[in-house]
Amino acid sequence: MELLRRSWAIVWKDLLIEARTKQAFNAMVFFAALVLFIFSFALGPDTELLREVSGGLLWVGIAFTGILSLNRTYQSEETSGGIEGLRVYPGDPRAIFLGKLFGNIIVLLAVEAVLFPAAAVLFQIEMLPHVWELAGVAVLGTIGFSIVGTFYAALTVNLRAREVMLPLLLFPALVPMLLGAVNATTLILVGDPMQDSGIWIRLLVAFDVIFFVISTWIFPIALEE
Amino acid sequence: MTNKSATARLIGIVALVTMLIGSFVGLFVVSPDRLQGDVQRLMYVHVPAAWLAFLAFFVVFLMSVLYLIQRDLKWDRVAHASAEIGVVFTVLTLALGSMWGKPTWGVWWTWDPRLTTTAIMLAIYVGYLAIRSFADDPDKRARWAAIVGIIGFANVPIVYLSVIWWRTLHQPPSSPRSVSPEILWTLLFNVLAFTFVYVYLMMRRIRLAKVEGELEQRVAYNG
Repeated sequence: MELLRRSWAIVWKDLLIEARTKQAFNAMVFFAALVLFIFSFALGPDTELLREVSGGLLWVGIAFTGILSLNRTYQSEETSGGIEGLRVYPGDPRAIFLGKLFGNIIVLLAVEAVLFPAAAVLFQIEMLPHVWELAGVAVLGTIGFSIVGTFYAALTVNLRAREVMLPLLLFPALVPMLLGAVNATTLILVGDPMQDSGIWIRLLVAFDVIFFVISTWIFPIALEE
Repeated sequence: MTNKSATARLIGIVALVTMLIGSFVGLFVVSPDRLQGDVQRLMYVHVPAAWLAFLAFFVVFLMSVLYLIQRDLKWDRVAHASAEIGVVFTVLTLALGSMWGKPTWGVWWTWDPRLTTTAIMLAIYVGYLAIRSFADDPDKRARWAAIVGIIGFANVPIVYLSVIWWRTLHQPPSSPRSVSPEILWTLLFNVLAFTFVYVYLMMRRIRLAKVEGELEQRVAYNG
């Protein structure tokens, strides 16, 4: 309980900063929409084609946008040496990881809440009948993305060239999660006669659980000075 | 030091001789595959290279765990050496596989689970080497690298499984055929030869890493 309370304090602090500046969220939504636009230009105006690949487009958009948010995860701590302050607080350092993780999940889900309807309009997809299934896949995928992302962001925050290093480490690790999320989303959107989406959702759940355990376990080592 | 150096040289000679014998047998002695012909001889370097890559990354994983437990830079040097060798042999595996794939499958590349996983594995360990090159402090570098080494290795089977699912929804994955004992023995001999090469390269690379570490320390000490 104590751990959750500490984590929540960090989530609250970060969300408050974000709510007062609104820099990241607005930029991220705009960036995500632009990614969808660029795909539409790259693949041509063929709506049928766009609809078929929309699951992939959405998740590439989420991954690219998510990288922006992840790179900023520890920025507010970094600029004024705040990470030292967090580190010397009594209590489990895992609270920092959990707090940053929840924060990233919340922000990314908020972006997706705009991105999915935008995709529905741009690609002319009927999303409303499947809204709960889609939300489920989006939540599972976002949790997986954020777990690995928040973890690797802590590793790369002190590096030179961290903007390059984070995606370099993150994207290979995310392959199972991306495969699961893209396939589940596509099957939900274009129809799933063989009931194949279950296996992808199970993959997402397994990915989330495995990496949550590994990440929370190793995080104190990553944070050491 | 001289003792170790002599051992390394001996292993190097053994590696060279076994490589020469293995290549000679693989190229000229063993009869070619009935269906594929001489192209199949690529197997005698392709499979050992792949084996070596996996061995090297497993060593990276073990050494990463050891480092995090004991915090001795000695383990980090071994992990670093093994990762470099592993990356080289993964590239070799992919290149040889590609050359083999073109005449037999008709394509340089296909999204087969093993191919795809190998390519992603390469990306994981290139990331491992990249994070090392961007960190200046030896202890931090070792710690971060060890974390990437552990998570990266844990990820490989998950990637493999997910790619199998991804592909089998479309087509069955390629399966190894039963092989004749003659081919099998040649293959095993070549695997042994490659393992000697690995041990030899490791000994040399670890020594080099040690010298590099000392140099780094002196440069830091002298400002």
